[in-house]
Amino acid sequence: MSLIEVEGLAVHYGGIRAVKGIDLRVEEGEVVCLIGANGAGKTSSMRALAGLLPAAAGTIRYAGTDITALPVHLRARRGISMVPEGRGVFPRLTVAENLRMGAYFRTDSAGIAADLERVYGLFPRLRERRAQTGGTLSGGEQQMLAIARALMSRPRLLLLDEPSMGLAPLAVQTIFETIRLIAAQGMTLLLIEQNARLALESSSRGYVLEGGRIVHQDDSTALLASPKVRAAYLGA
Amino acid sequence: MPDLLPNRFYRDPRLAWAAYAALAALLLTLPFLVDAGMGRSWVRILDFALLYVMLALGLNIVVGFAGLLDLGYVAFYAVGAYFYAILASPQLGIHLPFWALLPLGAGVACLFGVLLGAPTLRLRGDYLAIVTLGFGEIIRIFLNNLNAPFNLTNGPQGINMIDPVRIAGHSLTRPIEILGLKLPGTHTHYYLFLILTLGVIFVAIRLQGSRIGRAWAAIREDEVAAEAMGINTRNMKLLAFAMGATFGGLGGGLFAAFQGFVSPESFTLMESIMILCMVVLGGMGHIPGVILGAILVTILPELLRYIGPLQEGLIGRVAVDPADLRMLLFGVALVAVMLFRPQGLWPSPVRARELHPANPDEVRQEQEALYDAER
Repeated sequence: MSLIEVEGLAVHYGGIRAVKGIDLRVEEGEVVCLIGANGAGKTSSMRALAGLLPAAAGTIRYAGTDITALPVHLRARRGISMVPEGRGVFPRLTVAENLRMGAYFRTDSAGIAADLERVYGLFPRLRERRAQTGGTLSGGEQQMLAIARALMSRPRLLLLDEPSMGLAPLAVQTIFETIRLIAAQGMTLLLIEQNARLALESSSRGYVLEGGRIVHQDDSTALLASPKVRAAYLGA
Repeated sequence: MPDLLPNRFYRDPRLAWAAYAALAALLLTLPFLVDAGMGRSWVRILDFALLYVMLALGLNIVVGFAGLLDLGYVAFYAVGAYFYAILASPQLGIHLPFWALLPLGAGVACLFGVLLGAPTLRLRGDYLAIVTLGFGEIIRIFLNNLNAPFNLTNGPQGINMIDPVRIAGHSLTRPIEILGLKLPGTHTHYYLFLILTLGVIFVAIRLQGSRIGRAWAAIREDEVAAEAMGINTRNMKLLAFAMGATFGGLGGGLFAAFQGFVSPESFTLMESIMILCMVVLGGMGHIPGVILGAILVTILPELLRYIGPLQEGLIGRVAVDPADLRMLLFGVALVAVMLFRPQGLWPSPVRARELHPANPDEVRQEQEALYDAER
């Protein structure tokens, strides 16, 4: 059984049909990426998975149950944690407060304290800046904070929307090293990226979206080698 | 109590206790000091200042904690006041006891809070402000017109001869003698309001530090991210409206019993704006700041009363009517505060640091972080 399984998912913005019926699945412990051009429907698909956008058609099954109609906060409590595009850190709360907020619905204070240590271990930069407000961090640090905050909820499925967006090359490298580290520890990940090469190199499987439809799907190594994908997305 | 005292008081508990004892002694003797020094009318102003502290703390829950701009807060104050006035006056010939009506009135205001909150859940910022403004006006217009077909509110004339607060059968409007000390009505109301204000402060502090308070902070900062943290933003926003309205209703009941008279004129948009000014001037979301704001905005306009006699003494006639000056000076003060202290007179430490970093090291660190990112 897949951790998350999507069938015929469509997402509409008013009259605009952003996603026109896609099927995808992510197995437990897998890293899957969605690649595609601007406006291909990547972010819309992911927002529908998190519950931030309603599904116009299709079903979303998560851990064996239908969650298509479940509101965002209840999906979060069941373990679907999303790091939104543009990061969404709480700008006037300190780094430590942001991280505490990630564990909002948890009540095991010992576990929370342990996880706090764990994410500070993953991102030593955040420990240094724990008393600073989120809004005063650099872009890369905010991305680290957003990922760390998502991890604080002990998710079963982590959704990452464009983690490289707006970051300097050095910061992108750091973020993706950490993403690979998190994946190696067994986290299930669904990743959206404009930077297709980076996404495919960090994942085991990939879907290629075009105009709201899935046009290719394969192992990431195969997609990296595919002449079509190379021509359209890898600039080679 | 967090944030109420400078740092050195936390390090030395004896110092903190001494400060609290001095504050308690001041608060206990204040009506007598003010009465002796400035006259009975100033004790009344003090009573109003306490009332406004309660109201401002209530609005601070909605605006400061949850970040929902409410321009119709006075509606809840009106609901509390009229609820008490209608059920404890000759208006309908009903005279229910004060101590039963006060919590009930707060409860009714709370329901109105949910009533306002429910349809506005999807609105933000300016749009929310406009709808709440309309809500405040609707309530006032209802109060103004509900004298027909059935005379519930007595229309623009308002309701008179409202029952005063009674404690153990004794009306607070009449002087009372305790241990040889003669307490006039203004003084006894002061102590009653003081106790209730301390209660409201306590509740506000506990709320801010609770899980609910953290959820409100998250919603204020970024509503989508708050939802993604597993926070039920709908319920939490409703709860903020309900809690704020409850405090407003409480203040309304006290106002009606204290004044003995209510009319729609007391619940205009201007009143909502004054309460919002208390919150913003003092320091949104910071409880001590909001208390300070409420006290200043209540007391400072009263000082203008002295300007008339002062002009007569200096130039022999009243050249500028103090009533005209009131709004002018208030406007100037607002502009000045927004220019020089946009975070409020007494902001929370985090907020103050963000707008005026006191520690140059921190600024340098931030700049280095930016430099790293650019490299």
